[in-house]
Amino acid sequence: MSIEQREARQPWILLAPALTAIVMLLIVPLVFIVVYSFWLKSAAGADTPGFFLDNWQEALTDPFYRDILLNTLKIAAITTLVCALLGYPAAFFIARSQGNKVVLLVLLMLPFWISYIIRTMSWINILGVSGALNSAMIWLGIINEPIQMLYNETTVILGLVHFLLPFMVLNIFVSLDGIDTNLEDAASSLGATRWQGFLQVTLPLSLPGLAAGGLLCFVLSAGTYITPVILGGPRDAMFANLVYEAIIRQLNWPLGSALSLLLLVVLGVLVIIYNRYLGMAQLAKGLG
Amino acid sequence: MSAVTLSNIVKRFGDYTAVHQMSLDISEGSFVTLLGPSGCGKTTTLRMIAGLLDPSEGEIAIKGKRVNDVPIHKRNLGLVFQNYALFPHKTVAENVAFGLNYRNVGKEDAKRKVAQALELVQLPNLGGRYPKELSGGQQQRIALARAIVIEPDVLLLDEPLSALDANLREDMRVELKRIQQSIGVTTVFVTHDQTEALAMSDKIIVMSEGRVEQIGAPEEVYNTPASEFVAQFLGASNLLAANCTGVSGNDIAVELPGFPHIAIPKQRAPKISAPGPVRLVIRAERLVLKPAGTVDTDGLSVDAVVENVDYQGQSARYFLRVGEHQLQAINMIDDHPLPTGSKVTLQFRAKDCAALPVEARS
Repeated sequence: MSIEQREARQPWILLAPALTAIVMLLIVPLVFIVVYSFWLKSAAGADTPGFFLDNWQEALTDPFYRDILLNTLKIAAITTLVCALLGYPAAFFIARSQGNKVVLLVLLMLPFWISYIIRTMSWINILGVSGALNSAMIWLGIINEPIQMLYNETTVILGLVHFLLPFMVLNIFVSLDGIDTNLEDAASSLGATRWQGFLQVTLPLSLPGLAAGGLLCFVLSAGTYITPVILGGPRDAMFANLVYEAIIRQLNWPLGSALSLLLLVVLGVLVIIYNRYLGMAQLAKGLG
Repeated sequence: MSAVTLSNIVKRFGDYTAVHQMSLDISEGSFVTLLGPSGCGKTTTLRMIAGLLDPSEGEIAIKGKRVNDVPIHKRNLGLVFQNYALFPHKTVAENVAFGLNYRNVGKEDAKRKVAQALELVQLPNLGGRYPKELSGGQQQRIALARAIVIEPDVLLLDEPLSALDANLREDMRVELKRIQQSIGVTTVFVTHDQTEALAMSDKIIVMSEGRVEQIGAPEEVYNTPASEFVAQFLGASNLLAANCTGVSGNDIAVELPGFPHIAIPKQRAPKISAPGPVRLVIRAERLVLKPAGTVDTDGLSVDAVVENVDYQGQSARYFLRVGEHQLQAINMIDDHPLPTGSKVTLQFRAKDCAALPVEARS
């Protein structure tokens, strides 16, 4: 075998384990789900193989599914916005801190050492009827009766922000950390105040990180399943909960498949649109 | 009138003093260079003038006005960085126009000024490009255009040529000097490169370990170094332990073993006022290698052996032994460099020598 031939094969040999994993664990199951979504659940138990559009018709026309899908996207959008507003100053602080950057980054990663479910459930101990906040307010005499603060849309968003904020901070941090501080000095020497310099130089140059963090937060929160189960009320179901209902509770695999594909397609389309207008490539254009 | 005045400036970072009691007067329209090795405090000084650092003590005045409490964006200074610091997301024209946005300059006026500045740096057609599409030399010219378009009171250059490769650096040096002279802006230039400093400056401030070693015109600093540090930092100098045997009206007599008697002109040894041990300074370029036995009536000569040769194309650096002393000489090469082991006669003139007091070794 010639050197050229060997070099041409090398990337494929190196990629083989990853490609095998992706094909076996992602592509193949996805194909199964696509096929399943066209089958029919029969009362007898065994599903009817075939090409039926019934599940898709139900998923696309039932206003129940549509409303929950829109609500899911709304919750994801609010979560992303809150993460961006809270995350940017934190990322800026870490990027500009001298010396203890590593310590701050480790502190940021620390929550990942604890299970996401346990972190989510911790809010019950804080906001619950006999939780820390209610006890403190009763002890301080601010209220007489405990207030029910849990199990609504706000606590779902709170839980999601708690979960996703580090992702946002890390993405913005990476972007900010790569910006030459001389640029801000140059801007001030030319007459810009610190704030003007930030708006003109630092903020636009950090947009790729903000966009990446935003995308990650949006997709992860739109696909979340556990947070609404733990922190949401009966009416706060998100789309992933519907998939769970269909597949686990009703054992309706075909409908569940169609619903999960619907979410996948909607998020996929949003990602494509996002990339088109706030695309990483577009934003990175000016960066050398 | 002085454009910049530093009075007893001190800068401390915690326990470390980066700049000690520095006073400096930079006259209007002049090109002044802060020269020194890294860590000598030259950039710290520049950043204090710029307003990027606050002095711990002392006063900074620009055009006679105290600016210690004036923030950087109100100082009206042009700042050029080693790494260009162009805004990567803005076009060349937007970069150059940046400072004009914060001054009351009309749109048409701004356009004209940007075009003029680009013309001045000889890149009139690159306004629409992005910085990353330009070469290093072009980027540095744009950075210069951006700094001068605002008509700054003082232009501050922080090692602007260091990131460029050797040939380009020399072109930019000439170019920078031309631009500075054509607009007549007071310029403070920071560099560790003695050639740049000698070529461009009206005045050189040699710094070492946060202290000013010498302030003077390039020739003055080069020919009459005020300290051993200056003698060694600017070019290759031979520093030899010698003895001053007498001080007369016009010159001082210096003796050292193996050398003839040297009468150094007084102005080359301003710090020597009494006989005693001194340091004799002879520049490597001033030692001329001649065939052994050559006799020269108006110069001094000493026999030497070539121990090593550092070939540099048009010139060569010779490492020579004269008795117990090791000397360097840099000579133009006529044909071939002299081979190692050659016996030569070294010629030099007393007026090219300088003498310094012996410094306490720290």
